[in-house]
Amino acid sequence: MTGPAPAAPRRAWVEQIMGMPISIHLRGAGLADGAVEAAVASVFEDLREVDSVFSTYRPDSDISRLNRGELTVAGCHPSVTEVVDLCDEAGRRTGGTFDPHLPGPDGRTWFDPSGLVKGWATERAAAHLEDVSRRVGVDFCLNAGGDVAVGVATTASPPWRVGIEDPDRHHGLLGVVPLRSGGVATSGSAHRGGHIIDPRTGRPADTLRAATVTGPSLMWADVYATATIVAGPAALEWIADLPGYEALVVTAAGDLLATPEFPLER
Amino acid sequence: MRRITAWILGTVCGLVLLFSYHTSTMGPAAPRVAAGALALPAGPVATSPTTVPPASVPAGAPPAGARSAAAGPAVPTAPATATDTVVTGPIVPTRRGPVQVQIQVHGGRLADVVAIVLPDANYRDERINAYAVPILRQEALDAQSANIDSVSGATLTSNGYVSSLQAALDSVHLSRS
Repeated sequence: MTGPAPAAPRRAWVEQIMGMPISIHLRGAGLADGAVEAAVASVFEDLREVDSVFSTYRPDSDISRLNRGELTVAGCHPSVTEVVDLCDEAGRRTGGTFDPHLPGPDGRTWFDPSGLVKGWATERAAAHLEDVSRRVGVDFCLNAGGDVAVGVATTASPPWRVGIEDPDRHHGLLGVVPLRSGGVATSGSAHRGGHIIDPRTGRPADTLRAATVTGPSLMWADVYATATIVAGPAALEWIADLPGYEALVVTAAGDLLATPEFPLER
Repeated sequence: MRRITAWILGTVCGLVLLFSYHTSTMGPAAPRVAAGALALPAGPVATSPTTVPPASVPAGAPPAGARSAAAGPAVPTAPATATDTVVTGPIVPTRRGPVQVQIQVHGGRLADVVAIVLPDANYRDERINAYAVPILRQEALDAQSANIDSVSGATLTSNGYVSSLQAALDSVHLSRS
Protein backbone atom coordinates (compact mmCIF):
# COMPACT_ATOMS: atom_id res chain seq x y z
CA MET A 1 0.00 0.00 0.00
CA THR A 2 1.69 3.16 -1.15
CA GLY A 3 0.61 6.65 -0.18
CA PRO A 4 -1.22 8.96 -2.55
CA ALA A 5 0.84 10.36 -5.42
CA PRO A 6 2.02 13.93 -4.84
CA ALA A 7 -0.46 16.44 -6.24
CA ALA A 8 0.33 17.57 -9.78
CA PRO A 9 1.29 21.25 -10.17
CA ARG A 10 -1.80 23.31 -10.85
CA ARG A 11 -2.76 26.81 -11.95
CA ALA A 12 -6.00 28.68 -12.37
CA TRP A 13 -7.11 31.69 -14.41
CA VAL A 14 -10.39 33.61 -14.04
CA GLU A 15 -12.03 36.26 -16.18
CA GLN A 16 -15.52 37.72 -16.18
CA ILE A 17 -17.04 37.37 -19.65
CA MET A 18 -20.68 37.23 -20.80
CA GLY A 19 -21.68 38.39 -17.32
CA MET A 20 -20.30 35.29 -15.67
CA PRO A 21 -17.05 33.99 -14.21
CA ILE A 22 -14.93 31.86 -16.54
CA SER A 23 -12.45 29.70 -14.60
CA ILE A 24 -9.71 27.61 -16.16
CA HIS A 25 -7.82 25.09 -14.07
CA LEU A 26 -4.84 23.25 -15.56
CA ARG A 27 -2.66 20.66 -13.90
CA GLY A 28 0.28 18.50 -14.86
CA ALA A 29 4.00 18.59 -15.54
CA GLY A 30 3.51 20.48 -18.84
CA LEU A 31 2.17 23.60 -17.13
CA ALA A 32 5.39 25.59 -17.68
CA ASP A 33 5.19 25.17 -21.46
CA GLY A 34 4.64 28.46 -23.29
CA ALA A 35 1.79 26.89 -25.29
CA VAL A 36 -0.28 26.80 -22.11
CA GLU A 37 -0.57 30.59 -21.68
CA ALA A 38 -1.39 30.93 -25.39
CA ALA A 39 -4.18 28.35 -25.14
CA VAL A 40 -5.65 30.04 -22.07
CA ALA A 41 -5.59 33.41 -23.84
CA SER A 42 -7.36 31.86 -26.84
CA VAL A 43 -10.16 30.55 -24.62
CA PHE A 44 -10.89 33.99 -23.18
CA GLU A 45 -10.53 35.63 -26.61
CA ASP A 46 -13.05 33.18 -28.13
CA LEU A 47 -15.57 33.83 -25.39
CA ARG A 48 -15.22 37.61 -25.68
CA GLU A 49 -15.91 37.34 -29.40
CA VAL A 50 -18.97 35.18 -28.77
CA ASP A 51 -20.21 37.80 -26.31
CA SER A 52 -19.81 40.57 -28.88
CA VAL A 53 -21.86 38.58 -31.41
CA PHE A 54 -24.51 36.92 -29.22
CA SER A 55 -25.07 39.10 -26.15
CA THR A 56 -28.71 40.08 -25.75
CA TYR A 57 -27.55 42.74 -23.26
CA ARG A 58 -25.41 44.58 -25.79
CA PRO A 59 -27.39 46.71 -28.26
CA ASP A 60 -24.54 46.49 -30.79
CA SER A 61 -24.35 42.67 -30.86
CA ASP A 62 -25.37 40.82 -34.02
CA ILE A 63 -28.24 39.14 -32.12
CA SER A 64 -29.60 42.49 -30.88
CA ARG A 65 -29.40 43.95 -34.39
CA LEU A 66 -31.02 40.80 -35.81
CA ASN A 67 -33.90 41.17 -33.34
CA ARG A 68 -34.34 44.84 -34.28
CA GLY A 69 -34.50 43.85 -37.94
CA GLU A 70 -31.30 45.68 -38.82
CA LEU A 71 -29.54 42.48 -39.92
CA THR A 72 -30.59 39.23 -41.51
CA VAL A 73 -29.09 35.92 -40.36
CA ALA A 74 -27.02 35.86 -43.52
CA GLY A 75 -25.72 39.34 -42.72
CA CYS A 76 -24.58 38.34 -39.22
CA HIS A 77 -21.30 36.78 -38.18
CA PRO A 78 -21.15 33.26 -39.74
CA SER A 79 -21.39 31.66 -36.28
CA VAL A 80 -24.98 32.97 -36.02
CA THR A 81 -26.03 30.67 -38.87
CA GLU A 82 -24.38 27.76 -37.06
CA VAL A 83 -26.18 28.61 -33.81
CA VAL A 84 -29.55 29.07 -35.55
CA ASP A 85 -29.17 25.60 -37.08
CA LEU A 86 -28.17 24.12 -33.72
CA CYS A 87 -31.19 25.75 -32.04
CA ASP A 88 -33.42 24.12 -34.64
CA GLU A 89 -31.79 20.78 -33.94
CA ALA A 90 -32.13 21.34 -30.18
CA GLY A 91 -35.84 21.97 -30.65
CA ARG A 92 -36.17 18.71 -32.58
CA ARG A 93 -34.11 16.69 -30.10
CA THR A 94 -36.11 17.96 -27.10
CA GLY A 95 -39.58 17.76 -28.59
CA GLY A 96 -39.92 21.54 -28.58
CA THR A 97 -39.07 22.03 -24.92
CA PHE A 98 -35.96 23.90 -25.98
CA ASP A 99 -37.04 26.97 -27.96
CA PRO A 100 -35.00 30.15 -28.48
CA HIS A 101 -38.05 32.09 -29.64
CA LEU A 102 -39.33 33.98 -26.62
CA PRO A 103 -41.96 36.65 -26.18
CA GLY A 104 -40.08 39.95 -25.96
CA PRO A 105 -40.95 42.99 -23.89
CA ASP A 106 -42.59 44.57 -26.93
CA GLY A 107 -44.92 41.61 -27.50
CA ARG A 108 -43.00 40.46 -30.57
CA THR A 109 -41.15 37.13 -30.62
CA TRP A 110 -37.44 37.50 -29.92
CA PHE A 111 -34.70 35.13 -30.96
CA ASP A 112 -32.67 34.52 -27.79
CA PRO A 113 -30.25 31.62 -28.25
CA SER A 114 -28.54 32.27 -24.88
CA GLY A 115 -29.66 28.89 -23.55
CA LEU A 116 -27.59 27.16 -26.22
CA VAL A 117 -24.83 29.70 -26.80
CA LYS A 118 -23.31 29.36 -23.34
CA GLY A 119 -22.69 25.62 -23.68
CA TRP A 120 -21.79 25.91 -27.35
CA ALA A 121 -19.25 28.67 -26.72
CA THR A 122 -17.74 26.89 -23.73
CA GLU A 123 -17.35 23.58 -25.55
CA ARG A 124 -15.87 25.39 -28.57
CA ALA A 125 -13.42 27.33 -26.38
CA ALA A 126 -12.46 24.12 -24.59
CA ALA A 127 -11.06 22.85 -27.91
CA HIS A 128 -8.02 25.10 -27.32
CA LEU A 129 -7.47 23.31 -24.02
CA GLU A 130 -8.05 19.86 -25.57
CA ASP A 131 -5.36 20.73 -28.07
CA VAL A 132 -2.77 21.93 -25.56
CA SER A 133 -3.67 19.01 -23.29
CA ARG A 134 -2.58 16.58 -26.00
CA ARG A 135 0.50 18.56 -27.01
CA VAL A 136 2.12 19.30 -23.64
CA GLY A 137 0.41 16.87 -21.29
CA VAL A 138 -1.86 18.88 -19.00
CA ASP A 139 -5.34 18.15 -17.67
CA PHE A 140 -7.95 20.92 -17.98
CA CYS A 141 -11.17 21.97 -16.29
CA LEU A 142 -13.07 24.90 -17.81
CA ASN A 143 -15.99 26.29 -15.79
CA ALA A 144 -18.22 28.90 -17.41
CA GLY A 145 -20.70 30.12 -14.82
CA GLY A 146 -21.47 26.58 -13.67
CA ASP A 147 -21.14 24.71 -16.97
CA VAL A 148 -18.01 22.57 -16.81
CA ALA A 149 -15.93 20.99 -19.60
CA VAL A 150 -12.98 18.76 -18.69
CA GLY A 151 -10.23 16.68 -20.24
CA VAL A 152 -7.19 14.74 -19.10
CA ALA A 153 -3.88 14.14 -20.86
CA THR A 154 -3.52 10.43 -20.13
CA THR A 155 -5.62 7.59 -18.82
CA ALA A 156 -3.45 7.68 -15.68
CA SER A 157 -4.69 11.18 -14.81
CA PRO A 158 -7.16 11.29 -11.94
CA PRO A 159 -10.66 12.52 -12.81
CA TRP A 160 -11.70 16.10 -12.14
CA ARG A 161 -14.10 16.15 -9.23
CA VAL A 162 -17.05 18.39 -10.02
CA GLY A 163 -19.31 19.29 -7.11
CA ILE A 164 -23.02 19.53 -7.94
CA GLU A 165 -24.50 22.56 -6.24
CA ASP A 166 -27.46 22.04 -3.93
CA PRO A 167 -30.08 24.56 -5.13
CA ASP A 168 -31.44 24.90 -1.61
CA ARG A 169 -28.27 25.37 0.41
CA HIS A 170 -25.65 28.04 -0.15
CA HIS A 171 -22.25 26.34 -0.42
CA GLY A 172 -23.91 22.93 -0.10
CA LEU A 173 -23.42 20.11 -2.58
CA LEU A 174 -25.70 17.29 -3.69
CA GLY A 175 -22.64 15.19 -4.41
CA VAL A 176 -19.62 14.93 -6.66
CA VAL A 177 -19.28 13.81 -10.29
CA PRO A 178 -15.82 12.50 -11.20
CA LEU A 179 -15.13 13.29 -14.87
CA ARG A 180 -12.23 12.71 -17.28
CA SER A 181 -13.90 13.99 -20.46
CA GLY A 182 -17.04 15.68 -21.70
CA GLY A 183 -19.02 18.05 -19.57
CA VAL A 184 -21.57 18.65 -16.87
CA ALA A 185 -24.21 21.38 -17.03
CA THR A 186 -26.78 22.50 -14.49
CA SER A 187 -29.92 24.52 -15.09
CA GLY A 188 -32.26 25.89 -12.51
CA SER A 189 -33.41 28.89 -10.61
CA ALA A 190 -30.79 29.11 -7.84
CA HIS A 191 -28.99 32.29 -8.91
CA ARG A 192 -31.32 34.11 -11.30
CA GLY A 193 -34.86 33.28 -10.18
CA GLY A 194 -37.25 31.57 -12.56
CA HIS A 195 -35.32 32.42 -15.70
CA ILE A 196 -36.30 29.41 -17.79
CA ILE A 197 -39.55 29.96 -19.66
CA ASP A 198 -41.75 27.07 -20.73
CA PRO A 199 -42.26 27.78 -24.45
CA ARG A 200 -45.56 25.94 -24.28
CA THR A 201 -47.05 28.29 -21.68
CA GLY A 202 -44.84 31.39 -21.81
CA ARG A 203 -44.43 31.17 -18.05
CA PRO A 204 -41.48 30.21 -15.83
CA ALA A 205 -41.00 26.45 -15.51
CA ASP A 206 -41.24 25.51 -11.84
CA THR A 207 -41.66 21.75 -11.36
CA LEU A 208 -37.92 21.29 -10.82
CA ARG A 209 -35.47 23.31 -8.72
CA ALA A 210 -32.43 22.14 -10.67
CA ALA A 211 -31.38 19.72 -13.38
CA THR A 212 -27.83 18.50 -13.96
CA VAL A 213 -26.83 16.58 -17.08
CA THR A 214 -23.50 14.92 -17.85
CA GLY A 215 -22.35 13.72 -21.25
CA PRO A 216 -19.73 13.75 -23.97
CA SER A 217 -20.83 17.18 -25.29
CA LEU A 218 -21.18 20.08 -22.86
CA MET A 219 -23.41 21.93 -25.30
CA TRP A 220 -25.93 19.09 -25.52
CA ALA A 221 -25.70 18.45 -21.78
CA ASP A 222 -26.62 22.12 -21.26
CA VAL A 223 -29.49 21.98 -23.77
CA TYR A 224 -30.84 18.80 -22.15
CA ALA A 225 -30.56 20.33 -18.66
CA THR A 226 -32.56 23.38 -19.78
CA ALA A 227 -35.14 21.18 -21.53
CA THR A 228 -35.42 19.03 -18.39
CA ILE A 229 -36.31 22.08 -16.28
CA VAL A 230 -39.14 22.76 -18.73
CA ALA A 231 -40.30 19.17 -19.22
CA GLY A 232 -40.10 18.12 -15.56
CA PRO A 233 -39.11 14.73 -14.13
CA ALA A 234 -40.48 12.90 -17.18
CA ALA A 235 -37.40 14.13 -19.09
CA LEU A 236 -35.32 11.61 -17.15
CA GLU A 237 -36.93 8.95 -19.30
CA TRP A 238 -35.61 10.17 -22.62
CA ILE A 239 -32.25 11.24 -21.22
CA ALA A 240 -31.75 7.71 -19.87
CA ASP A 241 -32.17 6.53 -23.46
CA LEU A 242 -29.52 8.90 -24.87
CA PRO A 243 -26.16 7.13 -25.13
CA GLY A 244 -23.61 8.77 -22.82
CA TYR A 245 -25.97 11.23 -21.10
CA GLU A 246 -27.21 11.05 -17.52
CA ALA A 247 -29.38 13.41 -15.49
CA LEU A 248 -29.98 14.35 -11.87
CA VAL A 249 -32.89 16.56 -10.78
CA VAL A 250 -34.12 18.23 -7.62
CA THR A 251 -37.91 18.50 -7.64
CA ALA A 252 -39.85 21.48 -6.32
CA ALA A 253 -40.67 19.32 -3.30
CA GLY A 254 -36.97 18.79 -2.67
CA ASP A 255 -36.73 15.17 -3.82
CA LEU A 256 -33.64 14.00 -5.67
CA LEU A 257 -34.09 11.77 -8.74
CA ALA A 258 -31.52 10.52 -11.23
CA THR A 259 -31.11 8.30 -14.24
CA PRO A 260 -29.77 4.90 -13.15
CA GLU A 261 -26.19 5.48 -14.36
CA PHE A 262 -25.74 9.05 -13.06
CA PRO A 263 -22.17 9.05 -11.64
CA LEU A 264 -22.92 10.79 -8.34
CA GLU A 265 -20.49 10.24 -5.48
CA ARG A 266 -21.61 11.11 -1.98
CA MET B 1 -33.02 11.65 18.96
CA ARG B 2 -30.91 10.18 16.18
CA ARG B 3 -30.41 6.94 18.04
CA ILE B 4 -34.13 6.68 18.63
CA THR B 5 -35.08 7.36 15.05
CA ALA B 6 -32.45 4.94 13.78
CA TRP B 7 -33.86 2.32 16.08
CA ILE B 8 -37.41 3.02 14.95
CA LEU B 9 -36.15 2.79 11.40
CA GLY B 10 -34.65 -0.62 11.96
CA THR B 11 -37.95 -1.94 13.14
CA VAL B 12 -39.76 -0.13 10.39
CA CYS B 13 -37.62 -1.83 7.75
CA GLY B 14 -38.95 -5.07 9.10
CA LEU B 15 -42.46 -3.71 9.18
CA VAL B 16 -42.29 -2.62 5.58
CA LEU B 17 -40.81 -5.87 4.38
CA LEU B 18 -43.43 -7.85 6.18
CA PHE B 19 -46.47 -5.89 5.21
CA SER B 20 -46.56 -3.33 2.49
CA TYR B 21 -44.93 -1.07 -0.01
CA HIS B 22 -46.20 2.14 -1.40
CA THR B 23 -44.46 4.78 -3.39
CA SER B 24 -46.01 8.14 -2.75
CA THR B 25 -42.69 9.82 -3.59
CA MET B 26 -42.50 8.16 -6.97
CA GLY B 27 -44.75 10.47 -8.99
CA PRO B 28 -47.48 8.90 -11.03
CA ALA B 29 -46.70 5.32 -10.07
CA ALA B 30 -49.70 3.80 -8.37
CA PRO B 31 -49.32 2.39 -4.87
CA ARG B 32 -48.49 -1.26 -5.09
CA VAL B 33 -48.00 -4.26 -2.94
CA ALA B 34 -45.28 -6.86 -3.06
CA ALA B 35 -46.43 -10.26 -4.23
CA GLY B 36 -47.66 -12.31 -1.36
CA ALA B 37 -47.62 -9.42 1.08
CA LEU B 38 -50.49 -7.94 3.00
CA ALA B 39 -51.51 -4.38 2.30
CA LEU B 40 -51.84 -1.85 5.07
CA PRO B 41 -54.38 0.88 4.49
CA ALA B 42 -52.87 4.20 3.50
CA GLY B 43 -52.60 6.80 6.22
CA PRO B 44 -51.42 6.66 9.81
CA VAL B 45 -50.06 3.32 10.90
CA ALA B 46 -51.34 2.46 14.34
CA THR B 47 -49.07 -0.50 14.91
CA SER B 48 -46.41 0.19 17.47
CA PRO B 49 -43.05 -0.41 15.85
CA THR B 50 -41.75 -2.00 19.02
CA THR B 51 -43.87 -5.08 18.42
CA VAL B 52 -42.20 -5.90 15.13
CA PRO B 53 -38.83 -7.64 15.12
CA PRO B 54 -36.16 -6.14 12.86
CA ALA B 55 -35.74 -7.78 9.51
CA SER B 56 -32.73 -10.02 9.17
CA VAL B 57 -30.16 -8.37 6.96
CA PRO B 58 -27.76 -10.69 5.16
CA ALA B 59 -24.15 -9.58 4.97
CA GLY B 60 -22.52 -8.69 1.69
CA ALA B 61 -22.48 -5.85 -0.82
CA PRO B 62 -25.76 -4.17 -1.66
CA PRO B 63 -27.31 -5.39 -4.91
CA ALA B 64 -26.86 -3.38 -8.07
CA GLY B 65 -30.05 -1.40 -7.58
CA ALA B 66 -28.69 0.17 -4.42
CA ARG B 67 -25.48 1.62 -5.79
CA SER B 68 -26.70 5.18 -6.26
CA ALA B 69 -26.88 5.78 -2.54
CA ALA B 70 -24.49 4.33 -0.04
CA ALA B 71 -25.87 2.76 3.08
CA GLY B 72 -25.37 5.08 5.98
CA PRO B 73 -26.91 6.41 9.15
CA ALA B 74 -30.48 7.56 9.23
CA VAL B 75 -30.81 11.17 8.13
CA PRO B 76 -33.58 13.43 9.40
CA THR B 77 -34.62 15.26 6.26
CA ALA B 78 -37.19 17.68 7.64
CA PRO B 79 -37.03 18.04 11.38
CA ALA B 80 -39.94 20.46 11.67
CA THR B 81 -40.44 20.19 15.41
CA ALA B 82 -39.27 17.94 18.18
CA THR B 83 -42.41 15.86 17.84
CA ASP B 84 -42.82 16.02 14.05
CA THR B 85 -39.98 14.32 12.21
CA VAL B 86 -39.35 12.79 8.83
CA VAL B 87 -36.47 10.35 8.76
CA THR B 88 -34.99 8.75 5.67
CA GLY B 89 -33.18 5.53 6.40
CA PRO B 90 -30.13 3.96 4.84
CA ILE B 91 -30.47 1.55 1.96
CA VAL B 92 -30.68 -1.85 3.55
CA PRO B 93 -29.71 -4.95 1.59
CA THR B 94 -32.25 -7.70 2.09
CA ARG B 95 -32.88 -11.08 0.56
CA ARG B 96 -35.42 -9.44 -1.71
CA GLY B 97 -33.04 -6.66 -2.72
CA PRO B 98 -32.28 -3.14 -1.49
CA VAL B 99 -34.92 -1.41 0.59
CA GLN B 100 -34.99 2.16 1.80
CA VAL B 101 -37.81 3.67 3.80
CA GLN B 102 -38.83 7.07 5.01
CA ILE B 103 -40.79 7.35 8.22
CA GLN B 104 -42.83 10.16 9.64
CA VAL B 105 -43.14 10.56 13.38
CA HIS B 106 -45.85 12.84 14.74
CA GLY B 107 -46.08 13.49 18.45
CA GLY B 108 -43.66 10.70 19.16
CA ARG B 109 -45.79 8.17 17.28
CA LEU B 110 -45.08 6.54 13.96
CA ALA B 111 -47.45 8.22 11.52
CA ASP B 112 -46.47 6.92 8.10
CA VAL B 113 -43.95 4.75 6.34
CA VAL B 114 -43.01 5.25 2.72
CA ALA B 115 -40.72 2.88 0.84
CA ILE B 116 -38.57 5.01 -1.44
CA VAL B 117 -36.32 2.23 -2.72
CA LEU B 118 -37.64 -1.22 -3.40
CA PRO B 119 -36.11 -4.52 -4.50
CA ASP B 120 -35.23 -4.76 -8.18
CA ALA B 121 -37.47 -7.71 -8.83
CA ASN B 122 -40.51 -5.76 -7.71
CA TYR B 123 -39.98 -2.62 -9.69
CA ARG B 124 -38.18 -3.80 -12.78
CA ASP B 125 -41.40 -3.81 -14.73
CA GLU B 126 -42.44 -0.40 -13.59
CA ARG B 127 -41.25 2.11 -16.14
CA ILE B 128 -40.74 5.11 -13.89
CA ASN B 129 -38.26 3.21 -11.79
CA ALA B 130 -36.33 2.18 -14.87
CA TYR B 131 -35.11 5.74 -15.32
CA ALA B 132 -35.62 7.56 -12.04
CA VAL B 133 -33.66 6.54 -8.99
CA PRO B 134 -34.51 8.38 -5.79
CA ILE B 135 -31.39 9.41 -3.90
CA LEU B 136 -30.93 10.37 -0.28
CA ARG B 137 -30.26 14.03 0.30
CA GLN B 138 -27.52 14.31 2.83
CA GLU B 139 -27.55 16.84 5.61
CA ALA B 140 -24.26 18.39 4.71
CA LEU B 141 -21.69 17.74 2.05
CA ASP B 142 -19.32 20.63 1.87
CA ALA B 143 -16.65 21.26 -0.69
CA GLN B 144 -13.82 20.65 1.69
CA SER B 145 -14.89 17.21 2.80
CA ALA B 146 -15.81 16.30 -0.78
CA ASN B 147 -12.40 17.38 -2.13
CA ILE B 148 -13.75 19.00 -5.28
CA ASP B 149 -12.07 20.84 -8.17
CA SER B 150 -15.01 22.76 -9.61
CA VAL B 151 -18.73 23.40 -9.09
CA SER B 152 -21.61 22.91 -11.51
CA GLY B 153 -24.71 24.92 -10.68
CA ALA B 154 -27.40 27.11 -12.11
CA THR B 155 -25.84 30.01 -13.97
CA LEU B 156 -23.49 31.81 -11.68
CA THR B 157 -23.34 35.53 -12.41
CA SER B 158 -20.36 37.79 -12.05
CA ASN B 159 -22.12 39.49 -9.14
CA GLY B 160 -22.57 36.22 -7.30
CA TYR B 161 -19.05 35.03 -7.98
CA VAL B 162 -17.35 36.78 -5.06
CA SER B 163 -19.22 34.76 -2.47
CA SER B 164 -19.28 31.51 -4.44
CA LEU B 165 -17.65 28.20 -3.79
CA GLN B 166 -16.05 28.41 -7.23
CA ALA B 167 -14.29 31.62 -6.26
CA ALA B 168 -12.86 29.89 -3.22
CA LEU B 169 -11.64 26.99 -5.35
CA ASP B 170 -10.13 29.35 -7.93
CA SER B 171 -8.35 31.46 -5.35
CA VAL B 172 -6.26 28.52 -4.20
CA HIS B 173 -4.66 28.11 -7.62
CA LEU B 174 -4.79 31.56 -9.20
CA SER B 175 -1.63 32.52 -11.02
CA ARG B 176 0.36 35.34 -9.55
CA SER B 177 1.77 37.01 -12.59
